[in-house]
Amino acid sequence: MAKFLLRRFVNYLILVILATSLGYIVASTSLNPRSNFEGRNPAPPKASVDAKLNALNLNDETPILTRFKNWAVPALHGDFGKTISGQSVSEEMWRRMGVTLRLLLIGSILGGALGVAVGVISAVKQYKFTDYSATVTSFVILSIPVFLLAVLLKVGALNLNQHAGTTLLYYTGEKTPGLSGSFWVHAQDRLQHFILPTLSLVLGQVAFYSRYQRSAMLDVLGSDFLRTAQAKGLRRRDALVKHGLRTALIPMATFFAYEFGLLLTGATFTEKIFGWHGMGEWFIDSVTSNDVNTVAAVTAFSAVLVLIAGMLADLAYAALDPRVRIK
Amino acid sequence: MTAPPPGEPVLRVSNLVVDFPSEAGTVNAVRGVSYEVAPGEVFGVVGESGSGKSVTALAILGLLPNSARVSGSVQYRGRELLGLGDADMSKIRGRSIAMVFQDPLSALTPVYTVGQQIVEAVRIHNDVSRDDAEKRAVELLDLVGIPNAAERARSFPHEFSGGMRQRVMIAMAIANDPDVIIADEPTTALDVTIQAQVLEVLERAQEATGAAIVMITHDLGVIAGFADRVMVMYAGKPVETGSVDDVFYRPRMPYTLGLLGSLPRADATGREPLTPVDGNPPSLVALPPGCPFAPRCPLKIEVCESAEPPLLPTDDPWHASACHRTAYVAENDLKPTDVFAAPTPPPVVSEAMREGRPVVLEVKDLVRTFPLTRGLVFRRQVGELAAVDGISFDIREGETLGLVGESGCGKTTTINEILALAKPTSGSINVLGQDTAALSRRERQELRRDISVVFQDPMASLDPKLPISDILSEGLATYGVAKSERGPRVRELLQLVGLSSTHASRYPHEFSGGQRQRVGIARALALQPKLVVLDEPVSALDVSIRAGIVNLLEQLRADLRLSYLFVAHDLSVVRHSADRVAVMYLGRIVEIGAVAPVFAHPAHPYTQALLSAVPLPDPRRERERKRIILEGDLPGTTEVRVGCRFRGRCPTFATLDETLRTKCIEDDPALTSLGDDQSAACHYPTLASVF
Amino acid sequence: MPAEIQPTASIAIEAAAEVALEDVGRGRLVMRRFFRKKIAVGGLVVLVLLLAFAFIGPYLTKWDYKSTDYNAFLQRPSSSHWFGTTQIGQDVYAQTLRGLQKSLVIGLLTAFVSTGLAAVVGATAGYFGGWADRILMWFVDLLLVLPAFLIIAILSPTFRGKTWLIFVFLLAAFSWMITARIVRGLALSLKEQEFVQAARFMGVPPRKIIFRHLLPNMSSLLIIDATLNVGGAILAETGLSYFGFGVQPPDVSLGTLIADGTRSAITFPWLFLFSGGALIITVLAVSVIGDGMRDALDPKSNSSRNT
Repeated sequence: MAKFLLRRFVNYLILVILATSLGYIVASTSLNPRSNFEGRNPAPPKASVDAKLNALNLNDETPILTRFKNWAVPALHGDFGKTISGQSVSEEMWRRMGVTLRLLLIGSILGGALGVAVGVISAVKQYKFTDYSATVTSFVILSIPVFLLAVLLKVGALNLNQHAGTTLLYYTGEKTPGLSGSFWVHAQDRLQHFILPTLSLVLGQVAFYSRYQRSAMLDVLGSDFLRTAQAKGLRRRDALVKHGLRTALIPMATFFAYEFGLLLTGATFTEKIFGWHGMGEWFIDSVTSNDVNTVAAVTAFSAVLVLIAGMLADLAYAALDPRVRIK
Repeated sequence: MTAPPPGEPVLRVSNLVVDFPSEAGTVNAVRGVSYEVAPGEVFGVVGESGSGKSVTALAILGLLPNSARVSGSVQYRGRELLGLGDADMSKIRGRSIAMVFQDPLSALTPVYTVGQQIVEAVRIHNDVSRDDAEKRAVELLDLVGIPNAAERARSFPHEFSGGMRQRVMIAMAIANDPDVIIADEPTTALDVTIQAQVLEVLERAQEATGAAIVMITHDLGVIAGFADRVMVMYAGKPVETGSVDDVFYRPRMPYTLGLLGSLPRADATGREPLTPVDGNPPSLVALPPGCPFAPRCPLKIEVCESAEPPLLPTDDPWHASACHRTAYVAENDLKPTDVFAAPTPPPVVSEAMREGRPVVLEVKDLVRTFPLTRGLVFRRQVGELAAVDGISFDIREGETLGLVGESGCGKTTTINEILALAKPTSGSINVLGQDTAALSRRERQELRRDISVVFQDPMASLDPKLPISDILSEGLATYGVAKSERGPRVRELLQLVGLSSTHASRYPHEFSGGQRQRVGIARALALQPKLVVLDEPVSALDVSIRAGIVNLLEQLRADLRLSYLFVAHDLSVVRHSADRVAVMYLGRIVEIGAVAPVFAHPAHPYTQALLSAVPLPDPRRERERKRIILEGDLPGTTEVRVGCRFRGRCPTFATLDETLRTKCIEDDPALTSLGDDQSAACHYPTLASVF
Repeated sequence: MPAEIQPTASIAIEAAAEVALEDVGRGRLVMRRFFRKKIAVGGLVVLVLLLAFAFIGPYLTKWDYKSTDYNAFLQRPSSSHWFGTTQIGQDVYAQTLRGLQKSLVIGLLTAFVSTGLAAVVGATAGYFGGWADRILMWFVDLLLVLPAFLIIAILSPTFRGKTWLIFVFLLAAFSWMITARIVRGLALSLKEQEFVQAARFMGVPPRKIIFRHLLPNMSSLLIIDATLNVGGAILAETGLSYFGFGVQPPDVSLGTLIADGTRSAITFPWLFLFSGGALIITVLAVSVIGDGMRDALDPKSNSSRNT
């Protein structure tokens, strides 16, 4: 079993390296850092622009392979080069990674757990009001893209704040700058900043997982082994929970890996809209500012996360389904 | 003339009616079933698909989906079960009335170990500690014959073979000493020798618990050997009930007659005519008035079409039949061939006739190996599995060779190799004189016209998206037959197999199973082949339909001078249809010869066990028979094969002393002729009669 | 896969064995089942209305999506400007419709291309197996690891100024993978089905087998997938356009409109409410239709279990 997982890991790793390299190459060829300098008034001499670009390894006149080598070798050691304004990419990345990871972790754990719960309840109470309302809500939420959802939540928060007369929910940043006070003051402040972005991510996740969990649960509801469990003397509800649920969770493992990709994109939107200084926000800013090295670094980060998600999904699948375990 | 045992019946079903709503209207699945089961007796329920037998069982336990409407009465020891809530029924299920289902792979929860599931069955009804329950689980697994019970209790269902899984289900069913065990087609999905094992386990279970068994199956042979009394169901109602002897030897309802007459017998001495029952079981939606069997009944009279006959006693009060003409049948003691028209089967091809005929297929030392790989990402070969390990046989023009064996014997791989028309791993295949290894692309394409195939599953063998005319003309189109000629040929083919040409524009789903199989046969004949490979052509069909297809195949063979390679695990059909038979075990032919000598006195211990396991629809014979039960399962694929591969399970080997055994351990036996077109691969063959 | 594309029913990868139906033509049965689900019918009606609205609606007003009315800046919805005006006097009604057109067309095209690609690649990989399968699936894995949103975003400067069709192909290029996987699984199990074996043993060439036997028997899955992909593609496109990585000015899509309107969401809600609303309704309608089709075409699917 361990060997099997190791092989999967190696496979993923190769894919990640390829994906990152591709990302770098696409970024270098598509983005135009030179235009940042040329747009200035008065236009700086070409030589000094070249010098600047060379220092950053962003000169489009250097062959792409050379630039790639210059980037890749240090990157393997953790040094991702310099941003367009000359800062260290890696340093900035460390600062921002935590923000994004916080969002992602909560989003996936909360979203997954709640989604599974809603899905199961929906399936058990099929066609009753609970199911109906959950289904309708899920459909509607899944029709609203994250950015729109975020905006709507912002508007809602504003109205709420106005009615309450005080700022209950914040929608900019992770915390109030310059706040002083005890641990609890800080904690509450963080929470108030935290709710809206989390909601905009989690709602979509819950809607997604609940649909698929519901359908997996319904599949199981008609299965033979559930009938056997009842024939043994288990009451329907017990049979459902003990035998049905455990089996219906199995397909969710595969979904997790896939849905994680969507979660990443959603986090990007959320960060930008709510002003959280994470990797996603950084990415969007760097594309517009032609910051190739940053873009490549974010791509690498993203690919690694997908790898981790994939491995976790494999592990979960093996843990849940004895049929795939190889002795 | 046998009454049920005296005393209070443990289960009494009265006028059970079950309806389901469906897309097409209300399905009247069960239309008034009544019977009683005495403590400790075995009550058989026989019927084909659509007869309602399984629905009845599920209704008793309250396991039908919510949409079903159930009425009538089901009493367990005098207590009414219908209408009980889930809480009350759960106390009865698994404790007083237990059930064994058909497909143990889907019937056991994949995520829990076998031990855990049995422990659960125990702890639901008994307040015992987990340890005690675990001990009991191991005891039960031992009782049902699972080797290394303590260890295997920690395995998951998918790690067991089919027969072992079914034993686990039986263990779960008897965990709480129930009074009634309902077994719904418990052995249908199993190989014949495994079926014998499981039936023996059921007997043991019955002895251990004293429970009554309700055995639901379509296999009349199993009923004959296992049941005390039997109820034959048709279209949701019982049409004949009585003791096994009554029903099997003195059937009084035409359907029962037809059914019994349509069964080929493994212990037949020649090729006896089979009575086909024309037509199909009726749809249970909006049944027309009158007897549901009337459209197919040769004895029908006017009243049969207007009034449904009630189940009434015949001359013997305990033998009841639902037929307006029962008295007539009883008076004349009609036999199936008196009622149904049975075509005379063509004579068996004798050895003398063989010699003169050209060879259509010759297989010499055919070997087919598969690489065994490990790992899912980067595959690595760790060894080889010889699915077919050196077999030789030939087929002459106009003859049928039956290839029999159980799962894992290699018969499917053999026919795939032949149909591929390519170079095998080793050995040679010669089709109509051409060596398949030496064929060019064009030659192979041409040769494909001469060899065709009929598959097992009529549902899956026809493309559901194409109309019949397209399905039949696809072969013609591939070989460049002009468009104008295709239409007439399609009509010709349909007529050949007994279908009307108006069917050409319809789609497969509009036909019944038997009709679809006829289309499959027509497709196989489209290019006028010389050799037809048939892969279990009737096993997926209802019993009463099988005879019609078997008769059709025989007639076609005689009329068109075809040769058949007939793969089957149903030995009775092989006895009837084949001229010669080859028995396979683990990739080898262990016995080959003409059907008469091989069936009458098989020489190889495996053939003997195989034939001994075949249930006969003949209660007296079944009672008198002594079965040879093989131990355990097929050996695993990775075990090394030196010497005779059967010795691990061979009853003969078990009786030999040391010196004689060495030969079996070291020498792989080759086929040796025993005279009279019978050869066996055994060092110590004995000609024994097992019927 | 970019943004919130809705994945299809990847659970049921069962063989396409037909269930014997009593005497009712299959096409009619499918229609009957679809129309029984009122909400699916509702979705269909809404979608048809939206399409009509998007393509006929502009003719009902004299304003063009590019034209500016200097007399009306930031006007609320009124009788002359039905949805109001923007900061530079553009008619929001005309813009919304134009954006709706663009998003609908992109969505439909992308879904079509993506499903078609998935069908061919998946069926080929599944049927041929061996090296073809391994290479194709490895390629699928690679594309799945590539962060699609990022790549398309990065590439957006290159197609600035060129036709939006490039955008469609990019979107399609990143949304076919999951379906291809499912198609491959189906092809693998269909390959073992006897009617495919019968064709093989009859000498029918592989190309014909794939297009004549395999793909038609997956038609239910492909139709459902294509329908759901429309919604997903629209969401993806608007997401990218919102950040400026998709449809470029002066062309408009619902995404760009929502982006423009977000800034003043609270004070001048009509700037983004109409485009946002149009987006939600479109995707909702398409999803509901897709769900209804799944129930109609695949009776084994659990959400259709009636009573």
